[in-house]
Amino acid sequence: MIQHGLQTPRDLDRQTVPPDGRPLAEQPKWRRDFPIDWAQDEYVSRRDLVKFICLTSVAFVAGQFWIAARSLLGRPGAAFPTVAVATVDELPVGGAKTFSYPDEESAPRLLVRTGERSFVAYDQQCTHLLCPIVPARRPDVSVAAAEGGLQLHCPCHNGWFDIETGQPIAGPPRRPLARVTLEVRGRTVYATGIEEAAT
Amino acid sequence: MPVPDQLEFFVDPGRCIGCQACVQACTECDTHKGQSMIQLDYVDRAHSTQTVPVVCMHCDAPTCAEVCPADAIKRTEDGVVQSARKPRCIACNNCVLACPFGIPKMHTEMHLMMKCDMCYDRTSVGLKPMCASVCPSQALAFGTREEMARLRPNARPVNTFQFGNQTIRTKVNLMVPADGAPDWVDVTAALFEPTIGHEVLEDVFDGDGFIDLLNDDPAEA
Repeated sequence: MIQHGLQTPRDLDRQTVPPDGRPLAEQPKWRRDFPIDWAQDEYVSRRDLVKFICLTSVAFVAGQFWIAARSLLGRPGAAFPTVAVATVDELPVGGAKTFSYPDEESAPRLLVRTGERSFVAYDQQCTHLLCPIVPARRPDVSVAAAEGGLQLHCPCHNGWFDIETGQPIAGPPRRPLARVTLEVRGRTVYATGIEEAAT
Repeated sequence: MPVPDQLEFFVDPGRCIGCQACVQACTECDTHKGQSMIQLDYVDRAHSTQTVPVVCMHCDAPTCAEVCPADAIKRTEDGVVQSARKPRCIACNNCVLACPFGIPKMHTEMHLMMKCDMCYDRTSVGLKPMCASVCPSQALAFGTREEMARLRPNARPVNTFQFGNQTIRTKVNLMVPADGAPDWVDVTAALFEPTIGHEVLEDVFDGDGFIDLLNDDPAEA
């Protein structure tokens, strides 16, 4: 007769004896949840599966509502300050300058002087992998020379953005740059807000 | 496929000649190729050449699995405690520290605990484990209880061990003298004995030794 506590017929699902020797029903819940027996460990009860599926679905639904609520509530509420970022004489035509907006801790923005009294400003981070963008001329395309063919270039992966709209025109980026709205009063350029451009 | 019920593992340290054949054969096992899971321990190296092959005893309540925080050590339906499951093992060493027999081996470079699994690829199809198949003195033997009773009339299998206050029942049997030896083996008794001028077997098989020590003042003992 085998001595090590196994009775025949063998209970295939219940081989291991807990240290205190009491039956499974009297064991704490964690021991039933984390069985040592291989067969029990692999076994998933219908109730556990249903519980898992329901809770996961509820979590997804709640997440969707949270995203929707955030995008509905968050957008119009933020009032942007008006901040002087440069003077007109500071930059030559085609020149650029970085600044932080709306405050000092914000992501860097890029201000470009595109004409005598025309300025544009965008997020300085490329929408592909957040490399800093710079104003540059596309060497391979003859662009109408109104602004000297100036575009926004991300040198990391050769991405290009339209300097007038911030839309991606070449390379890996797929989303447009967020635009900083500007106002020129007298000889000073003010940033007045941020426009999340529609894709 | 489970290990057949009638086939059991018997360890008889008294027959061990220290040839290391089991240690070498163990590395050939396909469940842990290249890694030997057997420890060949010297009982009292300064005074004796006696060695003890230590294989996993496959406890009914495996302490290694009890202490595993990652739920990685599992016991198959035939009572064999398997190596840690690779996706779960966090290489925390709890099992190594907790095992009363010192079986689990931590392979830090693999982030995995591996242990003797009784050559599960072989025993589950009715073959002997590697170590038992090469042991020249059959200190490690794998067979039926009747076979052992016929071949070793002066010994009997015991599978109850005392480790401090913990009583351990195992799937693997230890062969003890047929007459006189108690029904259980005190695993820690030898720890509290002086190592000079005594018989090793006295410590290990003297069942009262450890309990006396627990009850008495250790300073007297």
